[in-house]
Amino acid sequence: MKFPTHFWRYFAILWITVLGVLGAAIWLDNHRDLFATQPPVSVKALPEKILIDRGQELLLLGNCMACHTERGQAAGAGGRAFETPFGKVYSNNITPDAQHGLGTWNANDFWRALHHGKSKDGRLLTPVFPYQHTTLIAREDSDAMFAALKTWTPAANPKSIAKPSATLDWPYGTPLAIAVWRSLFFTPGVYVSDPQQSKEWNRGAYLAQGLGHCAACHSERNDWGAIAAVNDFSGGRMPLINWYAPSLTSLKETGLAQQTTQDIARLLQSGRTDQASAMGPMAEVVQHSTQHWRNEDLLAVATYLKDLAQKESQRTSSASAGQQNQTGAGPTAKVLSLGAKTYDDHCVQCHQSQGQGVPGAYPALANNRAVLLSDPTNLVQSVLYGGYPVATPLNPRPFGMPPYILTLDDREIAAVLTHLRTQWGHQAPEVTPLQVNRIRALQGP
Amino acid sequence: MLESQNPILSPELRIKDDRPLIPTPKACFWAIFFSMHLKTSFAVHTKLIRGLSWFFTFFFVLLTQPAFSQGVTFKDNMAERTRACTACHGEQGKAGPDGYYPRLAGKPSGYLFNQLKNFQEGRRHYNLMTRLVDPLSDAYLLEMADYFANLKLPYPPAARPSERVSQRILLAGKKLALEGDSTRNVPACSTCHGAQLTGIQPNVPGLLGLPLDYLNAQLGAWQTHQRKAAAPDCMSDIVQGLTSEDLVAVSTWLSTQNVPLNAAPAKQISVPLKAPWRCGSAPELSKAQP
Repeated sequence: MKFPTHFWRYFAILWITVLGVLGAAIWLDNHRDLFATQPPVSVKALPEKILIDRGQELLLLGNCMACHTERGQAAGAGGRAFETPFGKVYSNNITPDAQHGLGTWNANDFWRALHHGKSKDGRLLTPVFPYQHTTLIAREDSDAMFAALKTWTPAANPKSIAKPSATLDWPYGTPLAIAVWRSLFFTPGVYVSDPQQSKEWNRGAYLAQGLGHCAACHSERNDWGAIAAVNDFSGGRMPLINWYAPSLTSLKETGLAQQTTQDIARLLQSGRTDQASAMGPMAEVVQHSTQHWRNEDLLAVATYLKDLAQKESQRTSSASAGQQNQTGAGPTAKVLSLGAKTYDDHCVQCHQSQGQGVPGAYPALANNRAVLLSDPTNLVQSVLYGGYPVATPLNPRPFGMPPYILTLDDREIAAVLTHLRTQWGHQAPEVTPLQVNRIRALQGP
Repeated sequence: MLESQNPILSPELRIKDDRPLIPTPKACFWAIFFSMHLKTSFAVHTKLIRGLSWFFTFFFVLLTQPAFSQGVTFKDNMAERTRACTACHGEQGKAGPDGYYPRLAGKPSGYLFNQLKNFQEGRRHYNLMTRLVDPLSDAYLLEMADYFANLKLPYPPAARPSERVSQRILLAGKKLALEGDSTRNVPACSTCHGAQLTGIQPNVPGLLGLPLDYLNAQLGAWQTHQRKAAAPDCMSDIVQGLTSEDLVAVSTWLSTQNVPLNAAPAKQISVPLKAPWRCGSAPELSKAQP
């Protein structure tokens, strides 16, 4: 079939118009900061010292240094690598170094980075920097953080930090791809207080959704690497480092609805309670951030999360009433006996014969929510690599678990984990040697 | 407010096992078996033996209780707190079964602490070690280092040189270790690691009592910059001046030497290092230098 010439002309004009309008829309969407009026610098009146102290505290609340510091290098000098399904991204230098860091920035530039996710030079930042969360930070807090950062010692890493455009796989690092991503998943906004809730609840929500960026891990990312919402805490897998951040609202996974706010706060402050321990990436959060928080802030976040969890459990208990857990064929006798034998050989000495553990030293495995998570990733990590809970002022000399990656094979680890998940009245799904092997093969000894 | 309710700080860290002392079927079987055996073997039905046998029945029941025997194994001490270390480095840190997990017991405390920090700060690389030490505080790492440093355990006799090792290699290794090579500006090992090669307090490790595989791996790692120490990194400078053959020779000789009876590290260096030698992780070796 042959189209007349004027058809092609109209066809081309149509497409050029569509792409042009779309492009203009994306451009406008990503450059809102050029048209928006900057909120005024509101804390000018505060004495410098108070401003800096508050900023220092906010930097700890946001755990900024953990990501912006590479192992063994100066604090805040950046260069820590983040593996994503789209390639690597290295964190930036946020010390006041004039050449490599924020030395030439002013408070407006800093606010623009937090609120609009844009660098001083107008470059769109990759969403590895959690600007979906930091956009909620109030202007006065942003200014205080910047004032505190200015007092840090300028520093630079010996190796220069590669730009994301060079380290991300094509085309994810291109400005166009980042612009499209932002139009789809990012809208600058501020935290709006809920007048129905207490001041404490609102403080907790502001911290958990904004600076604390809890949902960066505790929410599942979609195929584009975006979280559902900053207040979605329904749990998420961290694909490349192989940990599972459990749901903060589910009764089964963390059960915050049934805990006191004191208990929730204590876990964040000390790294462990009798019910739970912070492991893997959460241990890092406790180590660098939450152990330093004020009690009011810990309790505020605990109040907010507990309230969400309670609402969620009311919603699901009415919805799932009468539903029965479907169990499959269950593990074979061979797996069960291997599991029991492995437990007696390696675990019983600390975790005890009835899985009751030793209070204050070794966690109980019986009725432990971490043992029963349907995703066994964290369990496999714990057995392969062992580890210590975080040393915090409330738990300064923790007891530790040896790594078993060199002692037990995949079959034995799978069997012993299946044993834990079917003993003492537990009914969690079997762990397969393949699940163990995937993590072992990816991370090695 | 939070501190007052913290269970971890409570001084009572003993097991409180609430389960009742009910004997397991297996325990009952053995208890009855042994007491019957006692009764029949004596074959004297005096009141005393009969009374004793009931006592033995009770005793065996208690002895075979899992809760009873396990409850007392937990002691709140450093051995318990360093289980994660001794799983690989051997009981009381006296080296693992293969050649790659070195002895910890009796090494100078400062040296052990520096190594823990090196793993934490990325100057040494081993995923398992890094993950273990990452969440721990300096104070606790120092306590662990002190604990292992103060364990005085006898050393096993050194390995005999393999038959394929020529006398020439052993002599070359010995010469490097004890005399160095002035033509290449390589000091003797004994300059810094003590005349007996058992180390110098508090930061320099001994070189004896280590397996060949471990020594080879470490010297190789120094050469390829996989293992580093705090700057200025004197050990790195020395190893860069040596060839792979030199390294194999010196580690072969070291691994075949017995540890002297008094294996304690020397108190201080006999002749302080002359400029420009300085070691970032053992600054006390050099005379006061900027």
